[in-house]
Amino acid sequence: MAVLVYLESEEDKFKKTAYEALSYGKALADKMGVKVSGLIFNCSDTDSLKKYGVDKIITIDNPDFQKFSSKKYSHALAEVIKSENSSVVILSSSANSKFLGAHLSGITDASYVSNVVEIPESISPFVIKRTCFTNKAFSSTEMSDGLRIISVSSNSFGMVESFNDSTVESFNPEKVDSNQEIINIEKETGSVTIADADIVVSAGRGLKGPENWGMIETLAETLGAATACSKPVSDMGWRPHSEHVGQTGKPVSSNLYIAIGISGAIQHLAGINSSKVKVVINNDPEAPFFKAADYGIVGDAFEVVPALIDKLKARQ
Amino acid sequence: MNILVCISNVPDTTSKINFVENDSKFDTNGVQFIINPNDEFGLTKAVWMKESNGANVTALTVGNPSSETILRKCLAIGADKAIRINCEALDAYSVAKEIVAHCQTIKYDLIICGRESIDYNGGLVPGLLAGFLDYNFITNCVSLEISDLTAKCAREISGGTEISQCELPLVIGSQKGLVEESDLIIPNMRGIMMSRQKPLEVIEAMSISAKTSDKRFYKPETKSEVKLVKPDELDKLIDLLENEAKVI
Repeated sequence: MAVLVYLESEEDKFKKTAYEALSYGKALADKMGVKVSGLIFNCSDTDSLKKYGVDKIITIDNPDFQKFSSKKYSHALAEVIKSENSSVVILSSSANSKFLGAHLSGITDASYVSNVVEIPESISPFVIKRTCFTNKAFSSTEMSDGLRIISVSSNSFGMVESFNDSTVESFNPEKVDSNQEIINIEKETGSVTIADADIVVSAGRGLKGPENWGMIETLAETLGAATACSKPVSDMGWRPHSEHVGQTGKPVSSNLYIAIGISGAIQHLAGINSSKVKVVINNDPEAPFFKAADYGIVGDAFEVVPALIDKLKARQ
Repeated sequence: MNILVCISNVPDTTSKINFVENDSKFDTNGVQFIINPNDEFGLTKAVWMKESNGANVTALTVGNPSSETILRKCLAIGADKAIRINCEALDAYSVAKEIVAHCQTIKYDLIICGRESIDYNGGLVPGLLAGFLDYNFITNCVSLEISDLTAKCAREISGGTEISQCELPLVIGSQKGLVEESDLIIPNMRGIMMSRQKPLEVIEAMSISAKTSDKRFYKPETKSEVKLVKPDELDKLIDLLENEAKVI
């Protein structure tokens, strides 16, 4: 009986979502009265984990795990689960973690719940709160006995510090053969990704054309934000699909979401609902987004946005 | 090549979300059900593969008789055959186990599921299938080319795309990008007429118990009213974001 947290790293650093998953794992372990272990692959930054209350850090240092493979990672996790006698596994909601969580639950025959927003309201029965209907509702979901896998929504539980001078142990999983091979990884450099961003600046059809996105990019840059767009904008090819947020696009759970020239169709709002603070800039006071937003400006984006950029720059 | 496309029957994206029976069940009253959008991108891709290289495309859903409407639509779009496994879809685990039981009777080279459904959003079925069947697995799949028995796929990762290669059999989680929204096939009269001639097989379920159950649903608290700021008072907006909301 113990809680195991998979801690995702990239280039020898943990992501914010890893610390969130660990904070969640620690709170859950405390509630269950058990210990929490963290599993890391090829990452040396064990010190930063001690801040979040981990009891034991299990490291797998092996070139075979240099690149993410859901098959290799999930088989290694399954071995660690066995050797640690883990009863609950915690993952973040990053693209790779959700990929891994589903695969792992197939391999281990576990129950799995994703998009979890709070620690369980009760341990026996094990009842947990998650979002569903693309953030239009919550569900209190009961998970059956046996191994349980939970993926925690980004930016929901947050990071909670509690220092613990944890032990570090290395683990050698058995080699798993896979004919799956990564050929190439193409990454946009320099820009903030929607998944990692604290602030997202998003724009819609109100901008009239792709040539007008310069001010959106400048505003995003000024705020250290990621850029996003509405569905029609990506469908028309004004912006890449990777920027489309909403029901069939990417979910956003940033601290601040700024929507410019987006009317706020129900499918768009569903995708961005779990962002904490929403600001809308739109010249149509009847736009549905005003009902969903915390702050709003009824005005012309082509006047408001440049003025806002100037004010924000002056403030820095 | 044998392709299986797993279809989820979901409420239309504009549906009002309400609950009945002490908030324990989704209120289907007046709700129109559609093919889960992520599944439809996958189905369209499968139909294209059939047209270009030749393949058998089977659309499958786990559900009660009401889900046959969307299976007929899948046939009209271009699937060769439809299968309904007759039971209530309880959770992802039991649905995946039912599909696995079917996959042990017919071997599929490629299984396509939406990366997640738009109702329960679990994103679980494709991963479970890959785990149970020990097939290769790629989710958030935005491109797929198959030649001989090798698949070349692209998947969306945080801030980019990863290209990989693997052997069949393979399970993918499909999403927009695999085909575009404008590529979706709207069935024409001929397709609809032909779909009536195509087989829709009903298979009895294994009655596998669920691993998760929704005890109670509830909706987010209603938001307080928006605070409007005049376009010429942007300092006020910055002040609110900095000192009231504390987000910048």
